[in-house]
Amino acid sequence: MPIVLETKDLEKHFGGIAAVNRVSLQVEKGARHALIGPNGAGKTTVINLLTGVLRPSAGRILLEGEDITALEAYRRVRRGLARTFQINQLFLDLTPLEAVGLAISERMGTGGQWWRLVGTNPAVVEEIVEILERFHLTDAMHERTGNLPYGKQRLLEIALAIACRPRVLLLDEPAAGVPEDERHEILATVAALPADVTVLLIEHDMDIVFSFAGRISVLVNGTLFLDGPPEEVARDPRVKAVYLGESLDA
Amino acid sequence: MPSQLVAQVTRRLARRARWRPLEYVFWLAALASIFLFPGRHLILTEIAWLGLFALSLDLILGYAGIISLGHAAFFGLGSYAAALLAKHAIITEPVLALLASGACAAVLGFATSFLVLRGSDLTRLMVTLGVALIMREIANQIPEITGGADGLQGVIVAPILGMFDFDIFGHVNYAYCLSVLFVLFLLARRIVYSPFGLSLRAVKGNPLRAASIGISVNARLVAVYTLAAFYAGVAGALLAQTTAFASLDVFSLERSADLLLVLIIGGTGYLYGGLIGAVIFKLMQDWIANLTPQYWQFWIGLVLVLIVLIGRDRIGQWSGGLRALAEQVVRRIAPGAMSPLAGGSGKEVAGEGH
Repeated sequence: MPIVLETKDLEKHFGGIAAVNRVSLQVEKGARHALIGPNGAGKTTVINLLTGVLRPSAGRILLEGEDITALEAYRRVRRGLARTFQINQLFLDLTPLEAVGLAISERMGTGGQWWRLVGTNPAVVEEIVEILERFHLTDAMHERTGNLPYGKQRLLEIALAIACRPRVLLLDEPAAGVPEDERHEILATVAALPADVTVLLIEHDMDIVFSFAGRISVLVNGTLFLDGPPEEVARDPRVKAVYLGESLDA
Repeated sequence: MPSQLVAQVTRRLARRARWRPLEYVFWLAALASIFLFPGRHLILTEIAWLGLFALSLDLILGYAGIISLGHAAFFGLGSYAAALLAKHAIITEPVLALLASGACAAVLGFATSFLVLRGSDLTRLMVTLGVALIMREIANQIPEITGGADGLQGVIVAPILGMFDFDIFGHVNYAYCLSVLFVLFLLARRIVYSPFGLSLRAVKGNPLRAASIGISVNARLVAVYTLAAFYAGVAGALLAQTTAFASLDVFSLERSADLLLVLIIGGTGYLYGGLIGAVIFKLMQDWIANLTPQYWQFWIGLVLVLIVLIGRDRIGQWSGGLRALAEQVVRRIAPGAMSPLAGGSGKEVAGEGH
């Protein structure tokens, strides 16, 4: 399978601290790839570098073979790289309907139109309905996002990324903070993502990781420490040690 | 089933931009004021251009979240541009001169928009204030063009469209300013209900997420800042044309600060805030100045402190009460009429009727 997303010796320093250190990651097309690691390993920093929220101190990022290291965040989205956030980043004053519609319009290149009224483009409206139905948000679509229950907000978080119709989707702990009995709804939508969408998942919950991922990369102290299929990662005694908080050298 | 939902969503979205009954009431009242208060046209003229100026600030503050303490930079440039165009007979027709003056301000807005893209509210306050101070000092340093501290005198404004001459009672002035306000209001209303307008609210609400769904945050901010500068320039040009004069105080800090006060009184983010605020502000200023000519600024200051202490939210509740009342009245007069104007709107009827 061709490599769709790749980093080459990616580094990010905050002051004297190397949050991400020479990470070379390869994600195959259509993969279900998980990026795991203990707290503070630099997982979210990697995502922020990939999406352009942060600028790397060194190294390169390639999307479908093209160098996107210097590209602004919104341009990466337009090239098919979308993400969700570990902590909800939603438009609290907009309704899910408006927010999803906005994401779709931007993708279609009509988001900057000022002479046309919102909702007068049938193609946009049809897709809004389709996405809201897929994410079980039709009942809540007219409510202010800030008033929605947390589980619904979490679904909207993913729905917004999907509305960008990404070729590569970065999911940053999609089920974080969601109560046990509501998790299945979110995990089901993640599992039902189209097969041609490449997914890079950051997750803490090992049950989710091993039920989802076809390949796992382990990040420790900002360094890529292991990369392989789930069986191999599960077998590796060092991974267990890392998760139990033991020293790496042991 | 899905097609039913599509139809429902389409209807719902179409309803966002529909004219509310109270909006008709507002503009009918404004139109009626031309005929009902012929003796008050001078102050009504001031209200009209101040309302347009405040609408301009609302576009960037209420919709895009950019706070400014230097909006007078654009107002002032528009003002001088209109005065100079008329004085030197470069563009004599006032409507064309108005557009040209707005365009001058828009160019300045575009050029300085890059200064407000980043940074906190405090940075933006200081940067915008700085731009206005610079503009004032430039005008002060070139008296051969601007008249310096004496102001630009000897401005003669030609008849509007070659037909309507400005008069000292302000009759034509008011009709002119109100027409310009209405047209630019319609345009602003169209824009805020467009995908572009929605994206501005998204940028204001969460710029990080806005960029993550592919919105070019900076481009949108530059666009709306430029547009607002055009509006402010037109407002300033209206002042210059209706008074046949321009002076350094068009750039003053006080003008920018008063403008914020106008928006605070009227509320932001629903377009009518600036207009209602302008009505209340000017009438209050006029009323207090008549009561205590020397101390009116004291009272304005007191009102400002009270508004901020009590908080906009609570005022929103009061006007919410007024709105409910107005809604009942409208329903009784016209059964079946739908939901009223969004936001704190009940006031404009009372304000306009003074």
